[in-house]
Amino acid sequence: MSKRIIEQNAEHLIFELSDKNRRSSSLAPDVDISAVCENLPEFALRKDNLELPQVAELQVVRHYTRLSQKNFSIDTHFYPLGSCTMKYNPRACNTLAQLPGLSGRHPMAHASMSQGVMACLFDLQNMLMEATGMKQVSLTPMAGAQGEFAGVAMIRAYHEHNNDTQRSEIIVPDAAHGTNPATAVMCGYKVKEIPTNEQGDIDIEALEKIIGPQTAGIMLTNPSTLGVFERKIKLIADMIHKAGGLLYYDGANLNAILGKVKPGDMGFDVIHMNLHKTFSTPHGGGGPGAGPLGVSERLQPFLPVPMVAYDGQTYRWVTEKEQPLSIGHLSAWMGNISILLRAYIYALLLGREGMERVADYATLNANYLLKRLADAGFEIAFPERRASHEFILTLRKEAKQLGTNAMDFAKRLLDYGYHAPTTYFPLLVPECFLIEPTETESRDDLDAFVEAMIKIRDEAEQLPDLLKNAPFELPVKRLDDVKAARELDLNYYYQD
Amino acid sequence: MPYIPHTPDEVTEMLGTIGVDSIDELFDEIPQELHTHLADDSTSAIPAGQSEMAVQRLLTERAMLDGTPVCFAGGGAYEHHIPAAVWEIATRGEFYSAYTPYQAEASQGTLQVVYEFQSMIASLTGMDVSNASLYDGASGLAEAVLMSVRANRKAKSKRILMPRNVSPVYRQVVETIVKNQGITLELIDFESTKGTIDLDQLKRQSEPFAALIIPQPNYFGHLENVHQLTDWAHEQGGLVIAQVNPIALALLEAPGNWGKNGADITVGEGQPLGIPLSSGGAYIGFIACKQKLVRQLPGRIVGRTIDLDGKAGFTLTLQAREQHIRRSKATSNICTNQGLMATAATLYLSFLGADGLQKVAAACVANTQTLISKLESVPSVEFPFVKNVFHEFVISLDVNIDKVLEALAEEDIVGGINISPDFGENLLLICVTETKTEDELDFFTETLARALSRLRSSEETNNGEIQS
Repeated sequence: MSKRIIEQNAEHLIFELSDKNRRSSSLAPDVDISAVCENLPEFALRKDNLELPQVAELQVVRHYTRLSQKNFSIDTHFYPLGSCTMKYNPRACNTLAQLPGLSGRHPMAHASMSQGVMACLFDLQNMLMEATGMKQVSLTPMAGAQGEFAGVAMIRAYHEHNNDTQRSEIIVPDAAHGTNPATAVMCGYKVKEIPTNEQGDIDIEALEKIIGPQTAGIMLTNPSTLGVFERKIKLIADMIHKAGGLLYYDGANLNAILGKVKPGDMGFDVIHMNLHKTFSTPHGGGGPGAGPLGVSERLQPFLPVPMVAYDGQTYRWVTEKEQPLSIGHLSAWMGNISILLRAYIYALLLGREGMERVADYATLNANYLLKRLADAGFEIAFPERRASHEFILTLRKEAKQLGTNAMDFAKRLLDYGYHAPTTYFPLLVPECFLIEPTETESRDDLDAFVEAMIKIRDEAEQLPDLLKNAPFELPVKRLDDVKAARELDLNYYYQD
Repeated sequence: MPYIPHTPDEVTEMLGTIGVDSIDELFDEIPQELHTHLADDSTSAIPAGQSEMAVQRLLTERAMLDGTPVCFAGGGAYEHHIPAAVWEIATRGEFYSAYTPYQAEASQGTLQVVYEFQSMIASLTGMDVSNASLYDGASGLAEAVLMSVRANRKAKSKRILMPRNVSPVYRQVVETIVKNQGITLELIDFESTKGTIDLDQLKRQSEPFAALIIPQPNYFGHLENVHQLTDWAHEQGGLVIAQVNPIALALLEAPGNWGKNGADITVGEGQPLGIPLSSGGAYIGFIACKQKLVRQLPGRIVGRTIDLDGKAGFTLTLQAREQHIRRSKATSNICTNQGLMATAATLYLSFLGADGLQKVAAACVANTQTLISKLESVPSVEFPFVKNVFHEFVISLDVNIDKVLEALAEEDIVGGINISPDFGENLLLICVTETKTEDELDFFTETLARALSRLRSSEETNNGEIQS
């Protein structure tokens, strides 16, 4: 391979470029530091010198530009990371969200100076309500996990409000995202896991056995993390509701059904959406996300504040004064507004046809890629099922016969310039790849990915060690994770 | 079709490969009664798609509606100059459109940035280790509270001492996040003439507690005697959670050096480090701690290690604490950090350096003192607390604060934050950063004075009418 995948040269740490005698340029104000400090109380002042890198502007620009070139990203590489919806983040969303009136607004600016941003947020609330079939939306959760937390906290608040306090359990499928059980515990609940059957559906008999007066609710993703639609969802909803529990929808996979199925119609009482997935806001190397909530009528009074209301003339903030049963505030203001604006802009650009098209083409791409890989001889985890926007391939045969596991395939894919699919999740499928191509990839790119997979399998047959030692074309080879955890080096300035 | 690359021929061929006639057929496992067609619903609240040009026009109109007023509000969100290069670099596609660095070899850029971020935060706070960031300062404080209860097993207590001069909305957020875990927040008063934590009331605490929170500067902008407070809490067997402003730390003592042994956990809002105000988010929380508490930290952590050839590299580490491994036994349900904001903050600190950051902090203090002395000459403006402040202070007025803020808004000024609902009648919290010019300080002072005299005379007229 001669093609350079990403920048490979080692880059110094910014601290190693520093000289304490170098002075910053026009970026800092001109002020006499020691004269100012004389006016501050002695006890409060810093005694030791502050250590931060002193590097000139151009050298900082080069350093971080070079670091950026060591990343895979959607803008540079196909990134079929299952469950993460790595689709194109339109540039217009970024540019327009940074308009001065929007990016410079202080959160406590007077309402008369806030009608523009409030109009955007109000419209977004309505569009999300419509797209999900829920009764009301609160935009404030700052990530999917915080949306989950708020949703389960609302389920708890609802039961407590009804003096229904014996409910102590949340049911979670064994294939669920790790955030689901972690969230239930944060809200003071015990977690009950239920198994999945061979078809990827929830085991209804097992569910029946654990539902009871102690059931506070169930957390589900649909399509599930197995990449298939839970067909008995209405039955499950009826069973849970009959027992007095509520249904929580993890919106991680909303991209699969946007405009096609509304979670509200499936019987869910509360949902969170990952705007950094379905509404294409940037993943930013791991955040910020945005995890708005939608609720059915019965959970409306418990929504977190603030929200935006409109009386036909003026927009205003809805606070705990109007929403006294609210579970409260989740952030100092109203969550990740700069991200919410990007989602709003994306929603305007797509419109209702564009939203339905998201699910159409995400599903088309996934089923096409599944078929091509199946035809090439790869084993599909649920071959009898339609793929949703993603699907699972199991490399157990390759692992057994060739000794090359899913991790080896993943690492070798990097050498070919493909970000690896999600590996080893969900845990119940051995040696799995969870593959999500998204709607924004072209057929040519999907075909090229299939070719790469075939080539890698050929390599596995002929040169298994090649896979075991991959990657070769990246800035580093496989890293020593054990050393990383045992001999912690987390801070340049503090070496134990 | 926006963002869909497929040609009609390609779609036909792809459907042929799959062996179906239409895209709709791919949804045939979904029960019929659940099907809907958003695209056909012309009554929908979702409008038809618009061109980029039309959307740009709408957004520009709305942005202009909110304008670019002169801002004197703080309270946890601070206007600072952001070097142009910060967001030019942070929004490069390779940072902007990458995901959490699960595949370390393909994410060395993001991972090294986070390692540098952690090092800078640790240096600023005087702590040994930092994580990769949290959502924001308020939820970060909640995570610090949960962490202190996990870490301080000796105290066998779920009580947290929470001073009333911590931001009221921060206190609400902490309450929302920790209340279902049996943790109680004990409110500690401040001295009514000083605005700082009431040490005498604190010393009357006899029950054990997991941690004391110390804000520096506190919500009123005042500087606490952090050394006394830290030592007292440690003598009682409590941990110390420092809640700090990262720009202030350029001049103020790092929490790691508070008292004899230093604070145990430090949290704060990182927004001042190059993140735009943008109505309150997306911001970035930071959390740092002593080495011995590192396994109790929530969220992502990046470590430096070596690869198969012995070459240095970076990777996510201590993942055994996290939800995707430990599920219901994780230290937190947190999945993402605020990666893009951490990148911007790292860039900001690199561009300014120690010297530049100290100058920004010093200019904030100098401008604040200038405005205080200008306001001292305005009739009826009073200062309820002492003036040992960083870049915020409280004034008390003899008229309704909402009306004052409205009058200032008419002159295109964001005049501060009305803290009366939480702290008593007619109190206004004002913030001055390095962005303000002498002219703007004069403009604020004159506009406020004018508004006060106008409001006072109209109140007198109204009162006169009521009496007659």
